[in-house]
Amino acid sequence: MFSALRLIRSPGLVARYCSQVGSKEYFDKLVTNKKVVIFMKGTPDMPRCGFSNAVVQILRMHGVDYDAHNVLADESVRQGIKEYSEWPTIPQIFINKEFIGGCDILLQLHQSGELIEELQKVGITSALLEAEVDENDDKRK
Amino acid sequence: MTTYTEEYIRNKITKELEATHVEVVDQSDGCGGKFNVVVVSPKFTGKPLLQRHRLVNGVLAEELKTIHAFSMKTLTPEQWEQQQQ
Repeated sequence: MFSALRLIRSPGLVARYCSQVGSKEYFDKLVTNKKVVIFMKGTPDMPRCGFSNAVVQILRMHGVDYDAHNVLADESVRQGIKEYSEWPTIPQIFINKEFIGGCDILLQLHQSGELIEELQKVGITSALLEAEVDENDDKRK
Repeated sequence: MTTYTEEYIRNKITKELEATHVEVVDQSDGCGGKFNVVVVSPKFTGKPLLQRHRLVNGVLAEELKTIHAFSMKTLTPEQWEQQQQ
């Protein structure tokens, strides 16, 4: 009886009950955790798909600190995220809880310079912007 | 597993999105698993990228279940014309 009570009180169990892996609540929580959150195949250190790799490279260029979730590690995450965002492919990028798109869209935002603005809106200064400022400073010196 | 041809995808997009220009390249050597497409449609006018891509994804919802690599560019007729110059 006593041990059963302890089990119920276990915070891990309660959390799992509240937001089952792959449910809407589960993803709501994940995308809130950091300003930039991505769902990819593999990990940033070892991407398992060219599109996921491209996303990692772009975010690295901008010096963004982000959460990455490997959909290959959990089938319910892989399917669930597609339903959550109503987007059929991986990778997927979220900025400030908002679904931004997949690899093609991130790449285009990067090329047009819009990604710098999108990041700025949520308080992230892109490393590319800092590099530009540094360069201007150098010119002034 | 169903495989799709460049022609099939081109026709479907052209028809459903009233596209004025569609380029489809099968990059899987005919396996039908990897496509690169360019779509030019007046339906994209005034829509942000995400919505344009959602339109294409919607048209190919069934196909994208088996196509595992899909890359697209979505342009309005005006943007396409500018790009051609």
